[in-house]
Amino acid sequence: MGDTATKSGGHVKTVVAAGEPPAIGLVGLSKTYGSVHGEVPAVRRLDLEVGQGEFFSLLGPSGCGKTTTMRMVAGFEVPTTGSVHLLGEDVTSIPAHRRDVNMVFQSYALFPHMTIFENVAFGLRRKAVSRSEVTSRVGQMLELVELGGMEKRRPGQLSGGQQQRVALARALVNKPRALLLDEPLGALDLKLRQSMQIELKRIQREVGITFVYVTHDQSEALTMSDRIAVMNAGVVEQLGGPREIYERPASRFVAGFIGTSNLLSGAVAKVVDGHAVIEPGDGQRVLVETTAAVVGEELELTVRPEKVRLSATKPDGDCCRILGDVTEVVYLGTSTSYAVRTDTGADMTVFLQNGSDASDVAERGDRVWLYWQARHSYPLTPVRPAEAAA
Amino acid sequence: MNRLRATLSPYFLVLPGGLWLAIFFVIPAVFMLSLSLQTGDVVSGFSPTWSFSNYTNAIGLYHTQLLRSLAYGLAATILAIVLAYPMAYWIAFHGGTRKSTYLLLMLLPFFVSFVLRTTAWSFLLSDNGILLAPLKSWGLLPADFHVLATAPAVVLGLTYNWLPFMVLPIYLALDRVDHRIVEAGRDLYAGRTAIFTKIILPLSLPGVFAGVIMTFVPASSDFVNSQVLGGTANTMIGNVIQSQYFVASNYPIASVLSFTLMALLLIGIFAYARALGTKDIMEAAAR
Repeated sequence: MGDTATKSGGHVKTVVAAGEPPAIGLVGLSKTYGSVHGEVPAVRRLDLEVGQGEFFSLLGPSGCGKTTTMRMVAGFEVPTTGSVHLLGEDVTSIPAHRRDVNMVFQSYALFPHMTIFENVAFGLRRKAVSRSEVTSRVGQMLELVELGGMEKRRPGQLSGGQQQRVALARALVNKPRALLLDEPLGALDLKLRQSMQIELKRIQREVGITFVYVTHDQSEALTMSDRIAVMNAGVVEQLGGPREIYERPASRFVAGFIGTSNLLSGAVAKVVDGHAVIEPGDGQRVLVETTAAVVGEELELTVRPEKVRLSATKPDGDCCRILGDVTEVVYLGTSTSYAVRTDTGADMTVFLQNGSDASDVAERGDRVWLYWQARHSYPLTPVRPAEAAA
Repeated sequence: MNRLRATLSPYFLVLPGGLWLAIFFVIPAVFMLSLSLQTGDVVSGFSPTWSFSNYTNAIGLYHTQLLRSLAYGLAATILAIVLAYPMAYWIAFHGGTRKSTYLLLMLLPFFVSFVLRTTAWSFLLSDNGILLAPLKSWGLLPADFHVLATAPAVVLGLTYNWLPFMVLPIYLALDRVDHRIVEAGRDLYAGRTAIFTKIILPLSLPGVFAGVIMTFVPASSDFVNSQVLGGTANTMIGNVIQSQYFVASNYPIASVLSFTLMALLLIGIFAYARALGTKDIMEAAAR
């Protein structure tokens, strides 16, 4: 699924079709909370477009502003500056109960005094939809989330996973311009969460409604999303497809937050056809494709652990290669994880698949060469945009 | 041994309360029931004669006071709901960090004795008291206007005295309403009115239900308020029972009236629970 949405270079296909307004448009959106310690910015000048029918994730640690952003889209928070647009229409001043977006709450927030049917029918009844249409639409929606026959039960009689589905049906039945999901799977156990991820994706494809998914779980975001906005300290650090976010992290924060990544740095020794070269000595070298490198300046880069290989002898060719000592070997079943301390003092992690020929490649204490293709090293922006903006 | 302990422990827990009820409620009730069927007088003694005519006689004589008690109790209960609901709502949703302060403020007058408070009300409402005298001198009320010794005075007194028993359960129910559920309602196109009628009100009804029972029962059987505030024309059944017992020493009649009141209250509450049981009422409101 992720592959079809991305081109070979890892760049995301533009989901926003030309001439069609985006499902959600955020323009210069910010939110500042007043407190006894002064003004606390939660979201800073956010510009974002979510295309129609897109599965979009806001990913970040707690306190990064993702939930505040979503609550501003829903209408529960009034932005300090900026505006919210739905299908091109400015809805900033429209209160939550008249906004055509619906939300799936983290705690589900089902109405405990109503049956499942009445819970799902709540929004339609407020919009004065005819009785027969309510019955048929609620029925269809409960079928879609596989809760047919549960109409007469109450939320308290359902399991967590079932309540989750009711919350989803209750929002989706209104056919909103966008569905906002606030960490909806957070309360479920791992197995259920994984099956619900696939389930959510299927439902989103079937109904074709734009999903904005807020989560702090990077694997959840990578699995389901068409595009991800990684947020930190109130700004979007990187916006892109799952593959791009994972393989080409734009900042140290993104590299650290998503998966395991190795950080390397060194002074640029020379620049050769679009590649900056760092040479720590003894024939070691690291190449990074970049246009911004200046000889003599410090450059920071990242490389994912599964892209790196190990060798006892010096590898040939024009790949990146550095020397180090194996400090730890952890057998993980399908793969083995090696911790290597390089001569430059960096701690690197290497994942190697346990293939038929890949018997113990290295032991603890071995001196090894780490090598990888130059295209797998990515330069990190020296200063985070958040700091630059502040 | 452990299993025996597990089976018996609930009974041990209920034992103190059970004994209390048996000694101070069941035994007196049985005694009173037998007394209500006896005839005689306090000098020559009462004898058990199974005279059910006691009931027809007493009800025939005092049905006005019985019905008046229920009517006053009902009026006070309704008035208490009207006053208590907005109060509880405000404390629960707008009380912020000072909720317990506001609750304490409401309860503060009730640290003073019940009889004293009612007497204070008779001062307040007296014909030339601090409330009516200025209004009369400004010509806002006719000079012969009075509140004391009227039915409204009794109902106001009853309402005042049982208001906390209405506020507290309603407050507890409202305070338990999850703000995220209210937010979910807003998200699903419910405006202020719909939020209240479809979500907050139904979820607070168990509190109203408890408040009604805790107010209606003691208010209907009260005799202090009508004695202090009601004068002679507004006596309630409690006054009759009291005077039959302590003044006329007609124990059978006092017992008969006590049992009749108890039966009427029980019937009323069962009918109320049946007709407006919280489960049904919430289902109706959800539609």
